[in-house]
Amino acid sequence: MHSVTPVRTYVLIWVVLTIMTFVTYGVAQIDLGPFNIVIALAIAAFKMTLVIWFFMHVRTDSPLTKLFVFAGFFWMAILFVFTLGDYVSRAWMPGGKFW
Amino acid sequence: MSTVLQDPQTTETPNYLNAEYGWKSWLLTTDHKRIALLYLISISVMFALGGVFAMLIRVELLTPEGDLVNSDTYNKLFTMHGVVMVFFFLVPSIPATLGNFLIPMMIGAKDLAFPRINLLSWYIYVAGALFAIAAIVMGGVDTGWTFYTPFSSTYSNTFVITAAVGVFISGFSSITTGLNFIVTIHKMRAPGMTWGRLPLFVWANYATSLIQVLGTPVVAITLALLALERGFHIGIFDPAIGGDPILFQHMFWFYSHPAVYIMILPGMGVISEVVPCFSRKGIFGYSFIAASSLGIAIVGFLVWGHHLFVTGMSMYAGLYFSLLSMLVAVPSAIKVFNWTATMYRGSISYATPMLYAFGFIGLFTIGGLTGLFLATLGVDVHLTDTYFVIAHFHYVMVGGMVVAYLGGLHFWWPKITGRMYPEGWGKFSALLVFVGFNVTFFPQFITGYLGQPRRYHAYAPEFQVLNVMSTAGASILALGYIIPLIYFIWSLRYGKPAGNNPWGATGLEWTTQSPPTTFNFDVTPIVTEEAYAYAKHEEAHVG
Ligand SMILES: [Cu+2]
Repeated sequence: MHSVTPVRTYVLIWVVLTIMTFVTYGVAQIDLGPFNIVIALAIAAFKMTLVIWFFMHVRTDSPLTKLFVFAGFFWMAILFVFTLGDYVSRAWMPGGKFW
Repeated sequence: MSTVLQDPQTTETPNYLNAEYGWKSWLLTTDHKRIALLYLISISVMFALGGVFAMLIRVELLTPEGDLVNSDTYNKLFTMHGVVMVFFFLVPSIPATLGNFLIPMMIGAKDLAFPRINLLSWYIYVAGALFAIAAIVMGGVDTGWTFYTPFSSTYSNTFVITAAVGVFISGFSSITTGLNFIVTIHKMRAPGMTWGRLPLFVWANYATSLIQVLGTPVVAITLALLALERGFHIGIFDPAIGGDPILFQHMFWFYSHPAVYIMILPGMGVISEVVPCFSRKGIFGYSFIAASSLGIAIVGFLVWGHHLFVTGMSMYAGLYFSLLSMLVAVPSAIKVFNWTATMYRGSISYATPMLYAFGFIGLFTIGGLTGLFLATLGVDVHLTDTYFVIAHFHYVMVGGMVVAYLGGLHFWWPKITGRMYPEGWGKFSALLVFVGFNVTFFPQFITGYLGQPRRYHAYAPEFQVLNVMSTAGASILALGYIIPLIYFIWSLRYGKPAGNNPWGATGLEWTTQSPPTTFNFDVTPIVTEEAYAYAKHEEAHVG
């Protein structure tokens, strides 16, 4: 049923994950101001995607599984977007610079 | 249960109750029907516990002075009432008992997709409940069931972490049950059981499961962060150490508003089964009811900010949360209209389950419509944290869910136990529940509108008459719960044998024997007709 993923692929992904761990450490040594957190989170998201896509076999799984994985992230996006929507607009005042 | 076990000859045919004996055959069972009974017993214990706290609250409120308990104890009483009732009774109530029992039978399956995970979910539930009980026994919690920060993370001197761990753990029971239902409904339907033929109870539980799987992890994380802040002073929610208290409310209500739908959707599923059966008519607007369950599950995730209107949230966020909260009333209204249209020109009989269905439709409508008052920004400023809110959500959760749960228990009791409950007592206690409920909670709309704040053990003397009414009603309501408890247990031994289909209902669960055998069906059924084909069967009887 599932196509067999060659061991080579798994090793490659593992190597990439390991390298990204060192990159995270390396970047943390440099002060990039507000981008510190952006880069750290971007690397983490990239690694997470690799794990879900390859190690958790979502790549070769049914569209239904993909839909549920997508729904999970979509729901998290709802939480983030609406909560941040509050934070960003909290200081806005009617007649202020945005209106 | 034990009476049935000791008396196997009362039911001659082998069934899931007499298939095996001894405590091991129950505690290690993977039969979805036995697990449903394990849940039924556990949540009944928690319901009784939560009910005791409710009665203590009502007795304190008989007089305007805070005389029975001091304010600290009162804080603990309403907190523990809320925590126990919401997380340990209402959330698992219908899915874990009737859902567990009926979903495989309704779709023609032998069991759930993951029977061992089903058993595991019950053990997780018990572990969570033990933590909650430990928190109560050690001295209680006083944060309110909402665990608002920074009070819960910094200032409260009660057992916040113990209670939060209990809720955290029981959340995983909810997630695993939801996951089990989703996979079962996708993968294990009998031949011919298409999505368009699924009983609406299954649709409702499917939508509920989606919410459980998508929402519960968020409350788990929220409570974990709360514990981290309380235990290790990591600044997440407390402004004094760099956090934001409103963040807690966002995250908490992201789960806990949809959790209201976890608590009401399965009840709507029960009503969708009961109404056509006792109207002897096919359901009106099948696809609208099914789709509105999914609609509620999805739109229900977009409205949580209506709990934050007065907490310092951006007023622009308030605008869209207010608008979306209005919109979520639409799918609920669709259901109410379709149930009434189903009854129109039906041949209605007034058996106990139908009385509960009538109660549900009326009370849920009041609960839902008063929700629109609260979703209106200006009115909410006046009503926030008053008894109006208490009355509103009790109309949804007790008038809605508990009434539907009781109706469902009566409807499927013959299938679950093979015995009938006494119909006269059933009708009498349904009436007690309806009258007692309204006498308890309707006065609270009035006192709340007039300004009685929630969560105080003392109140202004002019509210006393209405509060005495409330307490009197709560006593009637309690009687309405105790009588079914007695006659259900009585019926296990003395109830008259029910037969396979006492209501003449459609649905695969009624085609099996009562009580069913361990694997439900001897031969996998093949479905050839729509759900609720009552018209067809009625004609067959006449012609
Ligand atoms: Cu809400």
